[in-house]
Amino acid sequence: MNPVTPRVVTLVIDGKDVSARENETVLQVAREHDIPIPTLCALEGLSSVGACRLCLVEVAGTPKLLPACVLKVEERMKVQTQSERLVKYRKMIVELLLSERNHICSVCVSNMHCDLQSQAMVLGVTHVRYAYRYPSLPFDGSHRRFRMDHNRCILCTRCVRVCDEIEGAHTWDVMGRGTGARVITDLNQPWGDSESCTSCGKCVQVCPTGALSDKGKAVAEMIKKRQFLPYLTLMREEKS
Amino acid sequence: MTPEELHDLAIREKNTQAEAGTTLNVCMAAGCMSSGGDKVKEALTKGLTSAPAGKPCRVKGVGCMGLCEAGPLVQVGSDGPMYKEVKAEDSSDLLKTLSGAPLKRLLCPTDTPFFKRQKKIVLENCGIVDPERVEDYVARDGYTALLKALNHMSPADIIQEVTTSGLRGRGGAGFPTGLKWNTVAKAQSDLKYVVCNADEGDPGAFMDRSVLESDPHRVLEGMAIAGFAVGASKAYIYVRAEYPLAVKRLQIAIRQAEKLGLLGQNIMGTTFNFNIQLRMGAGAFVCGEETALMASIEGKRGTPRPRPPFPAQSGLWGKPTLINNVETFANIPPILRNGGAWYASIGTEKSKGTKVFALAGKITNTGLIEVPMGITLREIIFDIGGGIPDGKKFKAVQTGGPSGGCIPEQFLDMPLDYDSLAKVGSIMGSGGMIVMDETSCMVDVARYFMDFCMTESCGKCIPCRVGTTQMHRLLVQITQGLATPADLAQLEELCDLVKNTSLCGLGQTSPNPVVSTLRYFRHEYEAHIRDRKCPAGRCTIKEEAAV
Repeated sequence: MNPVTPRVVTLVIDGKDVSARENETVLQVAREHDIPIPTLCALEGLSSVGACRLCLVEVAGTPKLLPACVLKVEERMKVQTQSERLVKYRKMIVELLLSERNHICSVCVSNMHCDLQSQAMVLGVTHVRYAYRYPSLPFDGSHRRFRMDHNRCILCTRCVRVCDEIEGAHTWDVMGRGTGARVITDLNQPWGDSESCTSCGKCVQVCPTGALSDKGKAVAEMIKKRQFLPYLTLMREEKS
Repeated sequence: MTPEELHDLAIREKNTQAEAGTTLNVCMAAGCMSSGGDKVKEALTKGLTSAPAGKPCRVKGVGCMGLCEAGPLVQVGSDGPMYKEVKAEDSSDLLKTLSGAPLKRLLCPTDTPFFKRQKKIVLENCGIVDPERVEDYVARDGYTALLKALNHMSPADIIQEVTTSGLRGRGGAGFPTGLKWNTVAKAQSDLKYVVCNADEGDPGAFMDRSVLESDPHRVLEGMAIAGFAVGASKAYIYVRAEYPLAVKRLQIAIRQAEKLGLLGQNIMGTTFNFNIQLRMGAGAFVCGEETALMASIEGKRGTPRPRPPFPAQSGLWGKPTLINNVETFANIPPILRNGGAWYASIGTEKSKGTKVFALAGKITNTGLIEVPMGITLREIIFDIGGGIPDGKKFKAVQTGGPSGGCIPEQFLDMPLDYDSLAKVGSIMGSGGMIVMDETSCMVDVARYFMDFCMTESCGKCIPCRVGTTQMHRLLVQITQGLATPADLAQLEELCDLVKNTSLCGLGQTSPNPVVSTLRYFRHEYEAHIRDRKCPAGRCTIKEEAAV
């Protein structure tokens, strides 16, 4: 027996008429139709949290900007993904991120393979107008195969979600508040001492920056492989 | 408990109270307790047992009487003379007055505007009933609204009555309560929840704390009525762990109500079940935001999530959830007792009823007040509040806590309601009101609130997490005389970003103190930047800033 088929709705994204299933998000539909919306925390196959705010879009009739990653499509919805205001905000958000921790591309394992770096390039961020905070942050190299560099973490929580939702280990979580927030393993123990970590490495692969990386990789050598995620999701959907 | 038993209990309690004769009401809310109210009560009780007064008399611990500034407060009966700043040593003198003239030395006049200009609905029992005895509440028509709701009204009738009353959410945003109840009632689910938001965290605000400490049963009754109206049988009160007295009194109240069958299974002999549990917050301001609050109740990290879906549709554990503030629930019993039309006759066209405010800062009468909507700020500050102490000049009043704004003198005569406050760039908020005089530097005030928002940001979304940090840095530079006009421009740009792109209300409203002070006190910012001077003389200008 087939479950109830979702209704199909039509909407307009950037002046383009598109159709979508009613349970889809604006981000999903936009990507299907090659309409680019920048994201950092969203990743296909993981739940959406609407945290990075890069995917904010304008919806006609709503004064507030809404995150496309969690925004469900509606019949006759009119979405604008690019505008002077949106681009300005996105640039500012990326600049804020760059000022928050110590993102120094030239010495980073993920240089040239980094989501933050590519978003900055796409958005034309050539300068950071905000004062760099240069926080003093730890580095965890206690795991046998992986390393965690808090200097490069943008708190997107992809590692937290993949570990919880896909691997089922929930080794990662977040502690602290504000700029003091940090991702931690278990109860803030060194990663190498974690009893729940299965060393599957999914967190490393989904990490958008060089915060999580394989040991033994030098500058610009860390290329993340994320194909497993949509594949796993698809397999699980078919099984259920 | 059946309706007859409730009635009997009320009569019995009234008789007992009449027989007990004069009562000496001693304030046992946190404000007076912190200045020794409990010792006063102890001394009075002791004095009464060792040397009984000529006529029947007893000492009773009651809730907040409002004038926290002058605590510990003691009142003879609920309308007799009131005594302020009472010490344990004064107890024998006070007891003597029971059969003689009032004690002039400690007398606190109650015919002043502070007492006369208030209109008490939410606080009607505060300072009169013993918050630790359900019988006292029942003797003052307690639980009769629940009785009426369960026996004589349908859920739709109740919601209609609340809608008619025009009550708007007292947590700050002012969403129409009837509409919210109706949405939850319409949602289809096998399980629904009612949540009371008692995570009052605004600096200078203590309305919810006082209500919970002084009259906890009123909130429980309001919640039970809400549960019946929307079809929920489970409820949570999310209260700050920093309010130990409120927590204790709520625990006592829930236990007493359950014992009498006013909460629990088959309430008042009907098929309605309603269970209330307490959840204590661990000290995060953001947990007052409804989605973060619910995440916290679920045992998760207290961070907000994007809305929609709204809690009315998908709240606690994905079930439809009605979430209201303490004061909103406290308004429900009188609305049902007296009818929605009665409530709607108080206040302004779009903001009905009364509002409780916590007066703090540079004001003579620090304390808790309840006034009808539409009253002017001038009446609140200069009549009820007694004006600015030490002959200083009024400068601004901050309403709505870190999400609110500073209102300058020119708007003091504006009628106070949700919409007029929004128009001048502030918000009603939960009811904190901090008065500032000429010695306050408005840039420093903005810096203080930004520091608060920065520290309390959960860190989930980037604009709030990093934006508030950068804004705070700029404000510190301005107060130190180290900023340039470009910094001010950057500050304004960040205000716009954080307001429009943050995930939850905390972030979206965090620029408000800056925006409102820039709107009315821009010259103070400019003085710090251009002249490297703090007009109020409050900020320490760094030496290297000297021109």
